[in-house]
Amino acid sequence: MSRIKDVLIRNGKEQKALVAFLTAGDPGIEQTKDFIRELIRAGADLIEIGIPFSDPIAEGPVIQNANLRALAGGVDTNQIFQLAAEIRQESSVPLVFMTYLNLVFHYGYEGFFSRCQQAGVDGIILPDLPFEEKREVADIADKYGVDVISLLAPTSENRIRVIAEEAQGFIYLVSSMGVTGVRETIDTDLESLSTLIRKHTAIPCFIGFGISRPEQAVEMAAISDGVIVGSAIVKLIETHGNEAGRYIYEYVRSMKEAVMSARP
Amino acid sequence: MSKGRYGIHGGQYIPETLMNEIIHLEECYEQCQRDEAFNRELNRLLSEYAGRPSELYFAKKMTEDLGGAKIYLKREDMNHTGSHKINNVLGQVLLAKKMGKSRVIAETGAGQHGVATATAAALLDMECEIFMGKEDTQRQALNVYRMELLGAKVHPVTTGTMTLKDAVNAAMREWASRVSDTLYVLGSVMGPHPFPLMVRDFQSIIGKEARAQILEAEGRLPDAVVACVGGGSNAMGLFYRFLKDEQVRLIGCEAAGLGVETGKHAATIAKGSLGIFHGMKSYFCQDKFGQIAPVYSISAGLDYPGIGPEHAQLHDMGRAEYVPITDEEAVAAFEYIAKTEGIIAAIESAHAVAYLMKLAPQMGKEQVIIACLSGRGDKDVAAIAKYRGVNIVE
Repeated sequence: MSRIKDVLIRNGKEQKALVAFLTAGDPGIEQTKDFIRELIRAGADLIEIGIPFSDPIAEGPVIQNANLRALAGGVDTNQIFQLAAEIRQESSVPLVFMTYLNLVFHYGYEGFFSRCQQAGVDGIILPDLPFEEKREVADIADKYGVDVISLLAPTSENRIRVIAEEAQGFIYLVSSMGVTGVRETIDTDLESLSTLIRKHTAIPCFIGFGISRPEQAVEMAAISDGVIVGSAIVKLIETHGNEAGRYIYEYVRSMKEAVMSARP
Repeated sequence: MSKGRYGIHGGQYIPETLMNEIIHLEECYEQCQRDEAFNRELNRLLSEYAGRPSELYFAKKMTEDLGGAKIYLKREDMNHTGSHKINNVLGQVLLAKKMGKSRVIAETGAGQHGVATATAAALLDMECEIFMGKEDTQRQALNVYRMELLGAKVHPVTTGTMTLKDAVNAAMREWASRVSDTLYVLGSVMGPHPFPLMVRDFQSIIGKEARAQILEAEGRLPDAVVACVGGGSNAMGLFYRFLKDEQVRLIGCEAAGLGVETGKHAATIAKGSLGIFHGMKSYFCQDKFGQIAPVYSISAGLDYPGIGPEHAQLHDMGRAEYVPITDEEAVAAFEYIAKTEGIIAAIESAHAVAYLMKLAPQMGKEQVIIACLSGRGDKDVAAIAKYRGVNIVE
């Protein structure tokens, strides 16, 4: 069992969680390390580290561009394992990789997941690995104690039971159709999806895609176990570059407070 | 093993957001295949609108000049819209209509698939949006204008290498944001299942006709069939009906650009490796960490870093051969077939002609080759002129 299961308990009390995402290597690997420290200091409960891919088809323009900036800076998978290992030395916060299957396949499944275990990475999100193809990595990831996170989308209604019953770590509930990125409004009936998910699994369910403002975070956290924030953080990095640390801290702090204020 | 496998290749590696829709698509396709009314309508469009069957033309002058095997050309360039793309698109847009969709989207490289999709959409009253790499909108400006004339909206894609692979990414993203009224009409035998199967089925009319036509003309099967390969739809369409005829060599010609050793090419079989991308497991041009490589070819239609999964399997089995053809060889073949047979072939198809020019002289006079002229080359005239340093004033 990974550290993820403890994410909803802090200081012995149940709480809603804030998951924070950034792209490793944007603008550089050293900056990423500092930014992750800020995320932890600001109260992020789980850190999602994006391993950049040349063609991230599930991402909107903000994270796409972060991927391309990181690759242009020369970051590679080995450096990101090193980064995760260093963060693990400093903190017990759960760490989850987010990347595309080809990078993992090319690294070699055995090598990739054993390095995840060595570095203390608890799980992996692979947006191009649907339930139907899960066997591709499930057994090897399991052998090294890495949770393969399942995603559920607004179109998943008739698939929730089978997916949730096998889910590990947490459920990533995609708020709306399309790709990652800030959204003005979220129209999906997430409450009924979330209720349905809870019928079939006890693991946490976090809502992501499009959440950027504290009001949205309160609303989404009220109907789930917490929220995932990505593009809004990456946008701060895009705007402030090397100086983004303090902006990240302030922003994540406010989002964390919002999430905590949501009624259970 | 999951669905849509060709040996180890194929599969459905796509976001969860699209899974329900793709399962639905597969079911609808299976229903339509069995539906007589659907097939009647498709066949009517293929014959009355697209102009099928396309000719199997005996290239007498090339045959005499090259001094070897008898050369036949399967004239997909004579189809309505000027390429084989119309075969697949009529099938998919008709399917979209049966599914109750009101809008189709597509990616395009050279623009031929975009033009075909815009055409079918106009005919069948569908809204149509085309994603095309910005670089390709510039090298294929004529086709962009054509799509617009046909009522389609063309989106220049400015991310990544601004070519075909990025257009596919953009179309997938768009589809994920709007599946309810939209079908993504994929242009080649690639992507997640059921696209490689469906596109192959719709294109298999090329090989079906060619097989019957050559039996009629020569009383025997060909010794080799040759076609260009980007994603590989005209090649798969030609190969499919000859798969069981083991004496027939199947040869795919991929774009070697400036040469396979230069790094500026799109020769997936020659230089690629196994990977998972655009919904499928297959061969891709990529670096040691699995980042998809920027590829290059003079032909926008072959400028793709992967190959359809069924081709990947045919390569693994040794059933089909894949050969690299450089820009220079393709341009020379483009000029050769124009002067010899009076046919301006697409630069994509010229890759197949280039190999024909190497292969035919090595074969006996009693032997027969069929090459697929996948499309016509009007769109490429300016690019060829530029390559030869000729400035064409508009």
